[in-house]
Amino acid sequence: MVTEPEASLITIDNQKIPFKHGQTIMDAALAAGIYIPHLCHFPGITPHGNCKHCTVEVNGKPVTACTTLATTGQKIRNDTVELNEARKSLTQMLFIEGNHICPSCEKTGNCPLQAMAYHLGMLEGHYPQQHPVREVDASHPTIMLDRDRCILCSLCVRASREVDGKNVFAIAGRGIDARLIVNTPSGKLIDSDIEVGDLAAKICPVGAILIKERGYDVPIGQRIFDQHRISEIGLENEIVKRAPSDDP
Amino acid sequence: MAESPHLLHRLYEIQQKHRYIPDESIGEVADQFGLPISQVRAVVDFYAFFYTSPRGDYHILFSNCTSCGYQARGVDLLQLLSQQLGVSVNQTRADGRVSVHETSCIGLCDHGASLLINGIPLVRLDPAGIWQMVGLIESGKPLTEWPQAWFHIDNTLHKRGLLLETDLSPGEGLQALLARGWEEILAEIVQSKLRGRGGAGFNTGLKWRLCKEAVAEARYVVCNADEGEPGTFKDRMLLQQYADTLFEGMTICAHIIGAREGYVYLRGEYRYLLPHLQTILARRRQTSLLGKSILAKTGFDFDIEIVVGAGAYICGEESALIESLEGKPGIPRSRPPFPVTQGYLGQPTVVNNVETFIAAAHIAYKGGAWFSSVGTVESAGSKLLSISGDCAAPGIYEYPFGVTLQQILQDCGADNVQAVQVGGPSGILIDQSAFHRRIGFEDVSTGGSLMVFSDQRDVLDIIYQFAAFFAHESCGFCTPCRVGTTLLKQNLYKIVTNQGTRYDMAELQHTSELVRRYSHCGLGHTAANPILDGLQSFPQFFERRLIQRDFSPHFNLDAALEEARRMTQRDDVDAHLEQDIE
Amino acid sequence: MTHKLKLATTSLAGCFGCHMSFLDMDERLVELLEHIEFDRSPFTDIKQVGPCDIGLVEGGVCNAENVHVLRAFRTQCRILVAVGACAINGGVPAMRNHYSLQECLEEVYLKGAGLENPHIPNDPELPLLLDKVYPVSEVVKIDYFLPGCPPSGDIFYNFLKDLIRGKVPRVNKHELRYD
Repeated sequence: MVTEPEASLITIDNQKIPFKHGQTIMDAALAAGIYIPHLCHFPGITPHGNCKHCTVEVNGKPVTACTTLATTGQKIRNDTVELNEARKSLTQMLFIEGNHICPSCEKTGNCPLQAMAYHLGMLEGHYPQQHPVREVDASHPTIMLDRDRCILCSLCVRASREVDGKNVFAIAGRGIDARLIVNTPSGKLIDSDIEVGDLAAKICPVGAILIKERGYDVPIGQRIFDQHRISEIGLENEIVKRAPSDDP
Repeated sequence: MAESPHLLHRLYEIQQKHRYIPDESIGEVADQFGLPISQVRAVVDFYAFFYTSPRGDYHILFSNCTSCGYQARGVDLLQLLSQQLGVSVNQTRADGRVSVHETSCIGLCDHGASLLINGIPLVRLDPAGIWQMVGLIESGKPLTEWPQAWFHIDNTLHKRGLLLETDLSPGEGLQALLARGWEEILAEIVQSKLRGRGGAGFNTGLKWRLCKEAVAEARYVVCNADEGEPGTFKDRMLLQQYADTLFEGMTICAHIIGAREGYVYLRGEYRYLLPHLQTILARRRQTSLLGKSILAKTGFDFDIEIVVGAGAYICGEESALIESLEGKPGIPRSRPPFPVTQGYLGQPTVVNNVETFIAAAHIAYKGGAWFSSVGTVESAGSKLLSISGDCAAPGIYEYPFGVTLQQILQDCGADNVQAVQVGGPSGILIDQSAFHRRIGFEDVSTGGSLMVFSDQRDVLDIIYQFAAFFAHESCGFCTPCRVGTTLLKQNLYKIVTNQGTRYDMAELQHTSELVRRYSHCGLGHTAANPILDGLQSFPQFFERRLIQRDFSPHFNLDAALEEARRMTQRDDVDAHLEQDIE
Repeated sequence: MTHKLKLATTSLAGCFGCHMSFLDMDERLVELLEHIEFDRSPFTDIKQVGPCDIGLVEGGVCNAENVHVLRAFRTQCRILVAVGACAINGGVPAMRNHYSLQECLEEVYLKGAGLENPHIPNDPELPLLLDKVYPVSEVVKIDYFLPGCPPSGDIFYNFLKDLIRGKVPRVNKHELRYD
């Protein structure tokens, strides 16, 4: 194995790790087995930096690890009480902004948002519920779109464009009224070319995009986050692999 | 003159025709521009001035700014207007005659209560004027038959300084440029120590050099005329009176960096300035100051297009502005890369404020030393201030950098001042104890807004209005700003309406710090400034509205029973709830 | 023997599932009863809550009566605990928040199949429904939250044991579940 030259190192929470030119702090951390909490980031897809969970401090300044390039000598703070408390507050904001009723959601147990909340020790939503009234789109025969749970991470938007070679989703609106839309004249999923095998149909980190008729297939105890912590590296592959498919 | 074929302009045309953007036309526009339908829909949804249901024949946008807004000496003119017209705010009257909406500051803060009616500004409103307006609307009188004094905007220039007292004839800056060569003129700009006038204060010469040095297929010059910060209106005056100098500055920049195309991104609220700007552009083309071979210099080709926004404060952020120029929702990009290396269409782009380009044009002609002879070490030159609020002489003032707030307040005739908001809601709220502070990048930085608040004002009401502004203008991209600005507004509302407790105060502080520290862009970083400044400098305004309890409910309990009361036609004592119990 | 902690429990807009889970402490309840005695609770049939050390509230706030009961608990209980998903964010009953109250009532009382003399009940004895189902923490101050649908017997047990020992109760991260 070729050892990285001394010049290509960054320090995360006192641990020196190597990075390659062009890697973000997130890429380098994941490669080194260091977990930086993230919801809107998915390895291989262009990072966006909208959820802000991966905020770390570089030389005291907050930046999103998923969009910030690693550069030699960065001193990065990640797993600190202050940052984790802020991440918990951000998670709470995502919960109260939508309508997240875990007990009745098919994604429960396999939901990264829920697992993130566990990881950060979230007991309650803390902020007043916003009670948005959002449209459910059940038009598609095999894929369901329940916007109540959408956290506007845009992973489906990016996955569809970058991996599936389609352009099924977009974010419209502004501020607290921002919403996920479907790129069809009717705005309905049934008129789109999305298919259950698409990454966009599997990548949703909440229960907003679901494969129909596969809910609760996996018994409690065998679901992803019954068996894993979200802080385990490489779980994204697990999440996609274990996402329900069209095959019964 | 026909507007350029830009998505925002096409949507505007459709809206002019139908008074809204019908869903069918979204598909047609998408086809026409070769865009995904979702992009067109996202754009329609994003910009406040695009509507998906019909507006009235008379479409009124009443400013809710603390300076040019509808609160006029204790009278809520918006309520008065909507009551007299029998229409709810943000709705269209059933007969389609009129619609009344609130909008963020329209940059008429030196003209008292103001509104836009079918895009045309109507100023100096008072209750009598509102009554008269109602009559004119009900009788269907065209705007041309309305009292013309209502539409008169005078650019009250109270104090001229370095820039405004210097004349520059069209072409003089360009001639200097061609005579001395771009290297020398860029050297002058660098020597002048000119910094961006939008507020961030990046060194202009350095920006132009970085753009020039970036490897690229094309480079662009963009003027940020999206003067959206509440309380700012100096660009309105500059665009009306100094557009030639602005275009000259842009053209000089283009020659230096090697750009062939330039854009002025004009805020939708200033659309009424478009014909004037187009006239000046046409004249410059005729006189070889724009177009092919400018001033007969072979290869010096440059032209300017004006793109008009559609009601989005965030587009004042340069990367959001570029997104908007590209026909997308104005969502700020991740930076780096900065526009100077990857801007419009991914190419190196200089984005500067109106005032910056005007200063640059003068510097090209008069030299860097002339400019830096005024101001302070860190902040060379002068600054145009838009002064509004509680003062005898609101208007535009040009000062050398380094002037104290005390001096400014004296000059504009402001007595019994308890606070000034410098730099607009995203700036800084300053109390009396700090009026010795100076305008400058090293002390009190401002894009030009300076709002004066006398001791008759309730500072908390102002802070609430600012919080509502940010909640309305947040683009929604990142969690802390999207959710946090709305939470801050709600939290403050609870306190303003005498329902807040110490707990709510602690929450306000905590959420403010979160929004400030973790947001994606400048909007979020600054959105909590008025609250944090207020908590620090004016805690008494919060304290006196608090109720002395540990806790108070987060929603109005009795109001939450209203629907059930209506449906059951009950009004007995058990059909009501007290908000707080002992 | 030391003074026993007084404990009251109630279910607002809930399903009593959290109460069932409380009983899942099984034989550990016997141990707890050496340190705890019940006040108002389905386990005692006491109707009005008296002065208590601990109040456990299951369910969200969906009507005026819920508000009164919750307030009585807040007034009487030194430590008030929101128990379960519904108390914490409205839970399953809050799924009605997708619709207006009018839509809900009309669907049930006016449009339902087989209704005779359909009308919306308006007897003054009936508590009026709130426009939405709310978390208990939006109506009164809550001291602790025990998430879960329901929280497990272990969570109840560890929580109460901590309180009995005078410790600050904590839910372990690895035990956290919202379902």
